[in-house]
Amino acid sequence: MSAADVILDVSKLGVSFGGIKALQAVDFQVKRGSITAIIGPNGAGKTTVFNCVTGFYRANQGRIRYLTDHGEAHDVHKLLGEHLQPSDFFKPGELLGKMHYKLFGGSHQLAALGIARTFQNIRLFRELTAIENLLVAQHRRVNRNIIAGLLQTGSFRASEQQAVDHAKNWLDIVGLSEFANRLAGELPYGHQRRLEIARAMCSDAKLICLDEPAAGLNQRETSELAKLIRRLRDDFSTTVLVIEHDMSLVMDISEHIVVLDHGIVIAAGTPKEIRNNQKVLEAYLGQDD
Amino acid sequence: MVLHSPNALFNSVRRALLIAIIAFFIFLPITGMVLKGYEVTFHWQRPLLLSALTLVGAFLFEFFGPPLRAFIEERQSRKAAREPLTTTSKGVPKLALIMLFFAGLILPFFLNAYWLGVFIFALIYILLGLGLNIVVGLAGLLDLGFVAFYAVGAYVYALGSTYFDLGFWTSIPLAAGIAALFGTILGFPVLRMHGDYLAIVTLGFGEIIHLVLVNWVDVTGGPSGLSAPSPTFLGFEFRRRASQGGVAFHEYFGLDYSAEYRQIFLFLCLFLVVALITFFCYRLKQMPIGRTWEALKEDEIACRSLGINHVTVKLSAFSLGAMIGGIAGVFFAGFQELVNPSSFTFFESAIILAVVVLGGLGSIPGVILAAIFLSVMPEVLRDFAEYRILIFGSLMVLMMIWRPSGLIKGKRRHFQLKTTS
Repeated sequence: MSAADVILDVSKLGVSFGGIKALQAVDFQVKRGSITAIIGPNGAGKTTVFNCVTGFYRANQGRIRYLTDHGEAHDVHKLLGEHLQPSDFFKPGELLGKMHYKLFGGSHQLAALGIARTFQNIRLFRELTAIENLLVAQHRRVNRNIIAGLLQTGSFRASEQQAVDHAKNWLDIVGLSEFANRLAGELPYGHQRRLEIARAMCSDAKLICLDEPAAGLNQRETSELAKLIRRLRDDFSTTVLVIEHDMSLVMDISEHIVVLDHGIVIAAGTPKEIRNNQKVLEAYLGQDD
Repeated sequence: MVLHSPNALFNSVRRALLIAIIAFFIFLPITGMVLKGYEVTFHWQRPLLLSALTLVGAFLFEFFGPPLRAFIEERQSRKAAREPLTTTSKGVPKLALIMLFFAGLILPFFLNAYWLGVFIFALIYILLGLGLNIVVGLAGLLDLGFVAFYAVGAYVYALGSTYFDLGFWTSIPLAAGIAALFGTILGFPVLRMHGDYLAIVTLGFGEIIHLVLVNWVDVTGGPSGLSAPSPTFLGFEFRRRASQGGVAFHEYFGLDYSAEYRQIFLFLCLFLVVALITFFCYRLKQMPIGRTWEALKEDEIACRSLGINHVTVKLSAFSLGAMIGGIAGVFFAGFQELVNPSSFTFFESAIILAVVVLGGLGSIPGVILAAIFLSVMPEVLRDFAEYRILIFGSLMVLMMIWRPSGLIKGKRRHFQLKTTS
């Protein structure tokens, strides 16, 4: 895998909560334009990986690099604001940089770079309508000038209209246009899942992390979801990183699978390789005596 | 209503009797024994009468309460079934708004000095309510110290006019700016806090401002406060005799002196400011910043995952809300012509919060209605003298039971979408 093809590079990632080591030396790469799945038994640390990648947890060890289309590498921990070291006080340049990220950095900066995510337990803005959920996600591309908004200048209205059109477009894609003006919280469960994906996509995602998108969906909804995930990649050239328990879905859509167990990567490869991997079978089904 | 079985009747009688017996023993020492001089006289009939009343009341409550509640719930659920769940507003009728605006403009000419004062206070409360509505109603940051910004506004004008000879109208933008600065200062330490913890810190902030005003006697005049001149109309003063070098309004226009001119003028200015800020608040709700506030109230983690910087969003809510509070403070100082710390106690913060919650979190017409209600109601209830606060309190309790989402529930904006073929 050449460096230019990689969008996310996780190396030696270690996270511990108190005495519990949630992740130990996790290494994997996500290829640009691929659908990569992270699987593993419950409590294997899959969501912890997600939280590190999207900046909600700070890893204790290791490095996560996100590479943009232009080949710029961004260190996730730097964007979150690193802890100050005594040595920093002798290097004013670095100190200033660190202070800058400490004040203004955070997970929102990762989203600005193009990392978007959905949540295992859906986190929609329940009291906002479906279309408003998508408008909130586009806040970086709309005109945020307060004066322009108060006076509703032409450019402000144009930018709002553009945002509404973009949101409408995404509602069409996930098949929810008729629910545009309904509260997100009162939509059926399956619709909420799709709306959350649309919302993540509206934030101009280059890498979308889906945390168990098929949880609680029936057979038909799951197959629609598979179609949608493929579309995200094919039509919108988005890289998809997905955590999923539904093996048929994982084997169906993903090109690369990373298997975690007890915070360690036990296998990685194509679906075919994983299916026949002895270690993976043991992790899921238990060891033979 | 559902018909009762004899069993239900028996049960309610039994429960009512029990309540009446307990009431009797509670009333017995309170009302039954009266100390007169050095002697205690017993009045058996008083607790008996009171517990008999309790018996009747408890029976009515027990017997008719549940079916009445069931009836109301059924009606509400039927109503909910008829209407679609989401209430999106399709815009406000423009004509009604324009008529309301002109009605507000001519209102002061029909009021006497007393009611003018009441309505000026109502307008000040509307401003405060709109300001706090941004912080609590839209951004969901529970602020129990909002009175601090009100105080900052009032004292900016009072101090400015005392020490720097600052005029009323120049003080308004200045007070708005300084109050916004204070809002940001409060915002920084509370960025990582939520709910109860945030409420406690804001409460402390309000108290700090209050204590500084009380104790910094050299500058703020301490408990006796500072005087603040009344606003002028194009430089004309609303006084019986103009100050040295000044011109009195009634002399210039050849009118007889009346104290009401000042109040009518203040009312009209305040009304225009309130109208303008109401308009801005409506716009804010439709702007990206308003949407992010509401999103932040719903779910901060989801906001961060979408690239929203929760720090700037919270700070903007605090500072914009504080700004409106500061403007209200200047008008308060100009109207009272005197500011002292006793106007800026926690009780005031609680009233402003009540305006926002009673009106309906995030609902602008609700906040306006509640502000008028809460400032006019105590005056209407003045006839009941000492029971005023009691009635006022029970009205609030009843309101929260019957309409937990406030007088007017906030409505979502309706987006008209082009249908794609």
